[in-house]
Amino acid sequence: MSPEPTPTHYRLAPERVLDVDPLLDDPTTRIVVCCGSGGVGKTTTAAALGLRAAERGRKVVVLTIDPARRLAQSMGIDSLDNTPRRVKGVEGDGELHAMMLDMKRTFDEIVEAHADPDRAAAILGNPFYQSLSAGFAGTQEYMAMEKLGQLRAKDEWDLIVVDTPPSRSALDFLDAPKRLGSFLDGRLIRLLTAPAKLGGRAGMKFLNVGMSMMTGTLGKLLGGQLLKDVQTFVAAMDTTFGGFRTRADATYKLLQAPGTAFLVVAAPERDALREAAYFVERLAAEHMPLAGLVLNRVHGSGADRLSAERALAAAENLEESRIVDQGGGKAGLRNSPDTYGSSAPDDGSPADPEHAAGERTVDQLTAHLLRLHAERMHLIAREQRTCDRFTARHPEVAVAEVAALPGDVHDLAGLRDIGNRLATYRPRPVGGTPEDGGPEGFGPDGHAPEGDAPRDDAAEGDATEGE
Amino acid sequence: MSRLQVVSGKGGTGKTTVAAALALALATEGKRTLLVEVEGRQGIAQLFETEALPYEERKIAVAPGGGEVFALAIDPELALLDYLQMFYKLGSAGRALKKLGAIDFATTIAPGLRDVLLTGKACEAVRRKDKTGRFVYDYVVMDAPPTGRITRFLNVNDEVAGLARIGPVHNQAQAVMRVLKSAETAVHLVTLLEEMPVQETADGIAELRAARLPVGRVIVNMVRPRLLDAADLDLVRTVPHPELARSLSAAGLGGPGGGQHAERLVDPLLAQADEYAERYTLEHEQRAVLGELGLPLHELPLLAEGMDLAGLYELATELRKQGMT
Repeated sequence: MSPEPTPTHYRLAPERVLDVDPLLDDPTTRIVVCCGSGGVGKTTTAAALGLRAAERGRKVVVLTIDPARRLAQSMGIDSLDNTPRRVKGVEGDGELHAMMLDMKRTFDEIVEAHADPDRAAAILGNPFYQSLSAGFAGTQEYMAMEKLGQLRAKDEWDLIVVDTPPSRSALDFLDAPKRLGSFLDGRLIRLLTAPAKLGGRAGMKFLNVGMSMMTGTLGKLLGGQLLKDVQTFVAAMDTTFGGFRTRADATYKLLQAPGTAFLVVAAPERDALREAAYFVERLAAEHMPLAGLVLNRVHGSGADRLSAERALAAAENLEESRIVDQGGGKAGLRNSPDTYGSSAPDDGSPADPEHAAGERTVDQLTAHLLRLHAERMHLIAREQRTCDRFTARHPEVAVAEVAALPGDVHDLAGLRDIGNRLATYRPRPVGGTPEDGGPEGFGPDGHAPEGDAPRDDAAEGDATEGE
Repeated sequence: MSRLQVVSGKGGTGKTTVAAALALALATEGKRTLLVEVEGRQGIAQLFETEALPYEERKIAVAPGGGEVFALAIDPELALLDYLQMFYKLGSAGRALKKLGAIDFATTIAPGLRDVLLTGKACEAVRRKDKTGRFVYDYVVMDAPPTGRITRFLNVNDEVAGLARIGPVHNQAQAVMRVLKSAETAVHLVTLLEEMPVQETADGIAELRAARLPVGRVIVNMVRPRLLDAADLDLVRTVPHPELARSLSAAGLGGPGGGQHAERLVDPLLAQADEYAERYTLEHEQRAVLGELGLPLHELPLLAEGMDLAGLYELATELRKQGMT
């Protein structure tokens, strides 16, 4: 057996496995919050978990914030009407409902529910309110949590799965309710509303000089009319449903309550995992229950015993022999960085122009397959290094991986597949896809050097390479 | 070439990386650029492997040919205090405002004020001149909010100008809007060759155009190398497996017979080729969608070693080569 380089995919141990089925099946689990940075498949994960829970018999509602169009269509929620709709095509006894958050509509509903019709009309027509409700900083986060509170209060569903907004920072949705709540109940509001309540400028004399200077400054800065809009808005809000903070606090407590589980979603990329780490720390600080980390788009290989180095060396063997055979081809140029990017032809013509389709020899193909494999192994190694950094920082966090799919998900079958991958994940020495041999049969938690562990996939057995 | 270069893109597409590479590319050959961060994530500091950036313009990199890249992480609170100081000489009253929660209100809750401060600061850097009347920065590159929020973010001044119909905030908002809607500005969108980011890019461009904001270019990031071509993929479908096994064996990967090592590599390698083919088809479709947008298209390679400082310079060179500067 030829010597192999030190395995690069050395997984940190022990690793805790996130088992989603017990979590979804547990009748005391009432809320699952999926959070994480943008572009990691958070919404898809939420939808897949919702579907899986429903097909395991629960009555589920999925609250999505900003789903990709085709994902929304796959669940039949492309109409944005802010009410849960039952999703068709769900197998089994459970039910899946899905809805897309309409932030402005949610805000309007709060106003309509808490104010008498005249006041409600005054608030809804206020320019300041219209801007605030249409989605400035924090509103989306606040309304997502508000909607969650509403859905939970209705008690129509066994389980609520909620996606979080694609915020500046993944933490915003935790902060926004408090911030808005403390603002609306705070001293500034008292200050702003005092003149309005007392009948305009007449009220000013009751305020101390510093304060009047301040409202004066704000008035100058914002323009007197905007300040007046803010004052009327706040006064109306205040008298109709005082206690924004109470509502914010209630939502916050709901998130801390037993029965709520947070799942941090990430992809095996540096930025996403860094955000995930921050999130894990923040949830701990807030005493919010973290169930684990869902790692999407993890790459694997059915031939992961063949290292990138060996694959490249073997490809070169084939290409060199071809050069000898044919008096010098250009196969060696393939895969050079110069063929990347916009300079690469778009019509499928090879980087190796002297061989048109039909002339391709099996050896050429083999060399290209080996180079493709080497690229995959490099990717796997890089993902593994990134993940190991997270694991080193947070060994206590249970993890489940979802293998990368070549395309996007746009139907229930795709969501079901993801849920299945998520639920059946078991750690293996090197990342792999479930179809290449299943999760069992690997060595003790993955530090087997090349060729030592018992395996059952297509690329194992005597494990003697280069005989 | 517009002097304010705004870089947006869906989350996860690498817009911070592209913005940084663009700032480096634009600084090449003796120019000075300012790279501005507006979301408080310290992504620039991480990319340039430096400590967290303060609210202060500081040099973070030198470009080939003597250029300089400065960076600034705009903090909305400090920007507001700055602004109040500038216009009202507030001094300690600023601290009083902060204590009352007024600053927090203004920068996090008040409609759009935060965004006005952020874009306002960037526009100020664009217009700033030194004593000799030359622009302090040749270019300002903004690592902007993601595609889904970019139009609202840039257009917020219009809304604020409408909301605050008089006063300095109104005037400030209008001044910023004049820069943002002029040829001085170009908004670029970063995408990947995947369905969701491409769709978002198309939607984002439509929104920007509807708001009459100047759309610049589309940058496809993390393009993977082309390893199999059409001829390979044809042959993948028809090649007899024993032949492939013999070829692998000839390459030095073990015996070709049933159960031997080379033979056992055949299925997984072909499975990888199938995945590649599927992704290749999808990428091809997405390129076509991007082609229909009628904008200049650039492609940046996926860096095999992951993103680091050297990779950033590599991408900057690539952007120059492709005529983005």
